[in-house]
Amino acid sequence: MTTDKSALERHKYDVLVIGAGGAGLRAAVEARELGLRVAIICKSLFGKAHTVMAEGGAAASMGNANSNDNWQVHFRDTMRGGKFLNHFRMAELHAKESPDRIWELEMWGALFDRTKEGKISQRNFGGHEYPRLAHVGDRTGLELIRTMQQKIVALQQADKREHGEYESHIKVFSELTITEILKEDGKIAGAYGYWRESGEEVLFEAPAVIIATGGVGKTFKITSNSWEGTGDGHALALKAGANLVDMEFLQFHPTGMVWPPSVRGILVTESVRGEGGILTNSNGERFMFKYIPDVFKDKYADNEAEADRWYEDQDNNRRPPELLPRDEVARAINSEVKAGRGSEHGGVFLDVSKRLSAEIIKKRLPSMWHQFYELAGVDITKEPMEVGPTCHYVMGGVEVEPDTAAAVGVPGLYAAGEVAGGMHGSNRLGGNSLSDLLVFGRRAGMGAAAYVKQTTAAPVADATIAAAAARIEAPFARSGGENSYSLHAELQEVTHNLVGIIRTGDELKDAITKIAEIRKRSANVAVSGGRKFNPGFHLAFDLDNMLLVAESTAKSAIGREESRGGHTRDDFPGMDMGWRQHNHISSFDGTQVTVRKQALPFMPKELFSLFDVEELKKYMTPDEVAKGGSN
Amino acid sequence: MARKVNLRIWRGDATDGGLQDVQVEANDGEVVLDVIHRVQATQMGDLAVRWNCKAGKCGSCSMEINGKPRLACMTQVAAYGDETITVTPLRAFPVIKDLVTDVSFNYKKAMEIPAFEPPKELKPGEARMQQIDVERSQEFRKCIECFLCQDVCHVVRDHEENKKSFAGPRFFIRIAELDMHPLDTLKNRKSTAQEEHGLGMCNITKCCTEVCPEHIKITDNAIIPMKERVADIKYDPVRWLGSKIRKREGIV
Repeated sequence: MTTDKSALERHKYDVLVIGAGGAGLRAAVEARELGLRVAIICKSLFGKAHTVMAEGGAAASMGNANSNDNWQVHFRDTMRGGKFLNHFRMAELHAKESPDRIWELEMWGALFDRTKEGKISQRNFGGHEYPRLAHVGDRTGLELIRTMQQKIVALQQADKREHGEYESHIKVFSELTITEILKEDGKIAGAYGYWRESGEEVLFEAPAVIIATGGVGKTFKITSNSWEGTGDGHALALKAGANLVDMEFLQFHPTGMVWPPSVRGILVTESVRGEGGILTNSNGERFMFKYIPDVFKDKYADNEAEADRWYEDQDNNRRPPELLPRDEVARAINSEVKAGRGSEHGGVFLDVSKRLSAEIIKKRLPSMWHQFYELAGVDITKEPMEVGPTCHYVMGGVEVEPDTAAAVGVPGLYAAGEVAGGMHGSNRLGGNSLSDLLVFGRRAGMGAAAYVKQTTAAPVADATIAAAAARIEAPFARSGGENSYSLHAELQEVTHNLVGIIRTGDELKDAITKIAEIRKRSANVAVSGGRKFNPGFHLAFDLDNMLLVAESTAKSAIGREESRGGHTRDDFPGMDMGWRQHNHISSFDGTQVTVRKQALPFMPKELFSLFDVEELKKYMTPDEVAKGGSN
Repeated sequence: MARKVNLRIWRGDATDGGLQDVQVEANDGEVVLDVIHRVQATQMGDLAVRWNCKAGKCGSCSMEINGKPRLACMTQVAAYGDETITVTPLRAFPVIKDLVTDVSFNYKKAMEIPAFEPPKELKPGEARMQQIDVERSQEFRKCIECFLCQDVCHVVRDHEENKKSFAGPRFFIRIAELDMHPLDTLKNRKSTAQEEHGLGMCNITKCCTEVCPEHIKITDNAIIPMKERVADIKYDPVRWLGSKIRKREGIV
């Protein structure tokens, strides 16, 4: 490509949404409805984002299945699940607004499963006190994406009627990668990237950018994430001067497929357990009863009889321990396998065939049946599944203002969905991500709209463009350098072995050194072939993002000397009340990530008083409990 | 246990291309997408292929495997025994590079289907629908937009000229889904399917149903019922006259 940028493709928008999963699409709808011109950018085709793989449902306390449910209960469950490291304000907004976000989808054409009264049906899930997840069989994420995709088409049709063109005010740029977020005068000015199909470069000028790029799973070897989960938004935000909060917390979903090897890591929905699936080890023992932690002892059954009764009578029995929060179940499975009680292929058994009829299984869990039958040759209506932990979700992410989703420290930058941090604390409850992306996607759209109305973007300087373009050109200029596929595989080995589900200080130290070495070598990645749809070229940029994310995760993990939620230290096995008061903030100085402690905001009295003080004593210092809230 | 398989991959772009033979290792339980990825990582770094979830849920890795439209992530290598596996791009769409085609046709058609219209007076949270009534549309909403049905459909497969007036099976189920949606109020969906989206060009060979990885009964449950209702109104002289006299737009 020439250095002459006079022919460069340029676009001007009010707001640029990077990512077309649930959060990105919800943000785009909101921004458009508030009058903005919106560009949506996706790395793959429109409608393929990782959200389509969300299976179980979206948590919202509509109270359709149990009228005792309300936002306060949902708030408590979320804070408990996150081991009280959540930003209270995010958890509060999320619990309050989720029902409206679900009902709104119905007005856009979504068709959720129904209760007998014709309301939206709600199912049980780990950590949720009442049946709370709105669902469509086990393909709820697909329903969300399709509904919002079609809502965007509806907005485009309205624009055609009013302005004569479908894409006059909202346009989807498919198969386009953003390599850099651009700033001028300390605030957002746009973004730079390339079309994946042609390799041609593109400049977007916009006063506001909403990052909604999802997760980082591809940093790890065994993951439920699609290829897109390469931490692009995390890295773009860091490089633009934003902070990441609590990157040590990664959720290993307890049930991924373990066999055959090619599907290792693919998700087995928690709905299997919500619908009554039980976990057993190679001795046939239902082992979860041994792993109920003290903080949850009064909420979970310690014997099979009570656990089984709960499915019929939830008011008089405690929940089965298979429905503990995900971090607990994942650690339990890990321990069973390590103790030699695992299945043939290194997992444990998950069985739903004994409790439900074949007909009901195929109706409630159709894609699970299909997935196991087609890919593993297992009929889940007759036999158990083999499952084990898989890297599923990153709780850490861009540090944002809860109400507006504005990234702290970068005017004009917003983040929503998985890429944003704080909402889920140290561990996310199943079902809370689909509601999270609706609630905060909308808030990011509102935040960006309010910002755009009171600001003007500085034009992007030629020097800024030249620097961004040079970075894209660089891998083509090298020959005989490193292969991006091999470096990616090496990084995945390091994270899997040294920054995985169980961590130690020595291993993390080793990981930090190794990640730095790979990063050094990655500066010498060479790409074969041309610019046109060249996956080796694409991976070079994804790799760069993953390396930055891995560095942030490893450095945050080595600092946090305790075990909590999605961060387990073998050398510091207990939860530490002092650490509960702190977030880990990652920032980037252009060469390396640094991590510092920052005080976690304490909840006000009106939220504090929603809890039983005896429960809070398990998590908080006597001083905090005595204070009773921040106000 | 690893073994070698023979793979024949179409490589090229809009201007030129052809089949290339490669040998690649395959392990037990692997799918065609796995071996394509192995070729990419070890022999052809710039081999273009679309994929996302690798679990049959996103519909990205559509291609033709030994001539049949399939998802590469859901096609077992073992199913072909010792046979050479030939992978080619979707034939109904223009090639961009290697196994990647330009499927923008489908997104243009999606824009032309009138959107869902709920009752104006209905407030969020007030909708009441019975499970049995939502299930008909839910079947069509399982669609993962892999576009295999669009690719196999002979109306457009070798007839570029028909694309302008034919939306294809994917969008017939979208129209049927809205038509059967308990809350949709737009009345004329079946007639526009016939008049604007080319429903009449389908002659029910069921090829689309056969290739659907979600096992949606496209022909039986969407296309045929719509065709029957359209025929009803079109050829029933009393209703035809009524529709002209009262200037009725819709067919209820």
